[in-house]
Amino acid sequence: MSQSLSGGELKQARPLVRPLVRSSRSSSWGDAVFAGLAKTAGLLVLVLLGAIIASLFIGGWPSFRAFGLSFLVTADWDPVQDMFGGAVPIYGTLVTAVLAIVMAVPLAFGIAFYLTELAPGWFRRPVGTAIELLAAVPSIIYGMWGFYMIVPFMAEWVQPPLIDALGDIPVLGALFAGPPFGTGIFTAALILAVMILPFIASTMRDVFLTVPAVFKESAYGVGCTTWEVMRSIVVPYTRVSVVGGIMLGLGRALGETMAVTFVIGNTNRLSTSLFGPGNTIASIVALEFPESQAGSLKLSSLLALGFVLFVISFVVLACSRMLLQPGRKA
Amino acid sequence: MSGVVSAMTGPRRDPAVADRLSRRRRRMNRLVKGLCTGATLVGLVFLGLILGTLLWLGFGGLHWSVFTEATKPPGSHGGLLNAIVGSLIQTLIGTAVGTPVGIMVGTYLSEYAAGTRLGDAVRFVSDVLLSAPSILIGLFVYQVLVSPFGAFSGIAGGLALAVIVVPIVVRTTEDMLRLIPVELREAAVALGAPKWKSIVLVCYPAARDGIATGVLLAVARIAGETAPLLFTSLGNLNWSISLTRPMSSLPVTIYQYAGSAFEDWVQLAWVGALLITLGVLALNIVARVLLRPRR
Repeated sequence: MSQSLSGGELKQARPLVRPLVRSSRSSSWGDAVFAGLAKTAGLLVLVLLGAIIASLFIGGWPSFRAFGLSFLVTADWDPVQDMFGGAVPIYGTLVTAVLAIVMAVPLAFGIAFYLTELAPGWFRRPVGTAIELLAAVPSIIYGMWGFYMIVPFMAEWVQPPLIDALGDIPVLGALFAGPPFGTGIFTAALILAVMILPFIASTMRDVFLTVPAVFKESAYGVGCTTWEVMRSIVVPYTRVSVVGGIMLGLGRALGETMAVTFVIGNTNRLSTSLFGPGNTIASIVALEFPESQAGSLKLSSLLALGFVLFVISFVVLACSRMLLQPGRKA
Repeated sequence: MSGVVSAMTGPRRDPAVADRLSRRRRRMNRLVKGLCTGATLVGLVFLGLILGTLLWLGFGGLHWSVFTEATKPPGSHGGLLNAIVGSLIQTLIGTAVGTPVGIMVGTYLSEYAAGTRLGDAVRFVSDVLLSAPSILIGLFVYQVLVSPFGAFSGIAGGLALAVIVVPIVVRTTEDMLRLIPVELREAAVALGAPKWKSIVLVCYPAARDGIATGVLLAVARIAGETAPLLFTSLGNLNWSISLTRPMSSLPVTIYQYAGSAFEDWVQLAWVGALLITLGVLALNIVARVLLRPRR
């Protein structure tokens, strides 16, 4: 009843409003053009994604056709015999990214905890900004800095004692075997960890701030310490978004190119040692692409690896975005 | 005293036990607090180490010739002029192409597609592209623009950077437009303005600072990008500002020089690294200051 009444009122009101809004024919024409432009731009983004996937897949098709699915698990990379397999770079990509996450997450959690609960109010903004500036430093700078500073440091101070201490233990030792060159998978992961640290930390900080103050105050009210409030209230409340933030960091680490290329050693050999050299999809593409002939099977294999990397990072980033949905971040 | 209480009420009420527990909890609390403060220090130390290294090794090589001379063969005191100019040109192309597209997409998401499936899809894809590996964007542009025309070119580099700009601008534009109060739009509509005019003449000016922040952050990001330029503009050790030929850029020149065996090239790479880092960090700080009064 009341609905039909209000409907009647609306109908009556409409003629009054209409002439004002559609004051001229040209403005409705302008609206159509502007809306069309906006929608075209939106569709362009979808087309862009489709074009990236398609161009990598088409470029990699000769390689996929020649090697089939075994491309993903064979470790050959032999331009002379035209035999190519992606196992080593795929392994390197996954291992460096996961190792980087393992190192970055505790640090990022500590930073987020410090910035939301421990730091004095006036101190939070400058420290938060400084941490975020770590994300602004270009990848090439991390690479150069890693190559000239971290690699010698690892070769001199970190790897020899670890190799001496752990290298002879039967199973674990395999992880720490080999000569201490300073480069290698572990060094690459360390630099990646520093690079993704600000992404994870600032996501965590932002989601920690979404916890309603009432929850935390109730916990403080029954006598919880700051850490207990963090562990029992803040972390359970935000765990989905925290995982989303970690996935975001993982997605970033998977595709990092320049920093890794400088320090990973660039060898296409499957190494069980964390200090051994290796490569990642991004680093092998950056290094080998300029040396590949147009139309060669090698070029196609690199594009195929690019396709694999795109699929992996797309899945990881899509998961991250879904987990972060409620509290989206710029 | 405590023994008596314990006998009467059991261990849960025993002050000694309670005291121990409380002391353990407080110790744990102090330990975690200390570790977290330490983690923050580690983060800051890394930033300090990077900046310190750049200043230490880059500042010494900073002469006027860096800005007045093009890159030259090792041993002949070259500069970085062509790299700096090339970076400026490609960053300009990337920003000029990417910004309007990004603003239109952001407008579409905020003003036209709120709650629609297509809008959700566009937002999702844009967010994924925001973090997509930039080297793959280089491969994509190589496949589409370099390989068919058979030449590496500055314009291909610029367009690769534009692909990176779009999602950054989309994100900030949409967020900023959503912050605009509904009353402002209603006021425009009540005056008889069509929707596009209310967006262009009312919403854009109101969101100006936020959108500018997004553009600045995008410029800061692409100014330091190396990977997407490797297969598009390639780099060029000679002076060239032709858009259809390989073009030099600071990051690619740093990449070529840093790995070389010539001392003066490595020195120039450090100078380039210092310049680019200071530029990028300055842009970031300006962007933050610009956004501050709005939040």
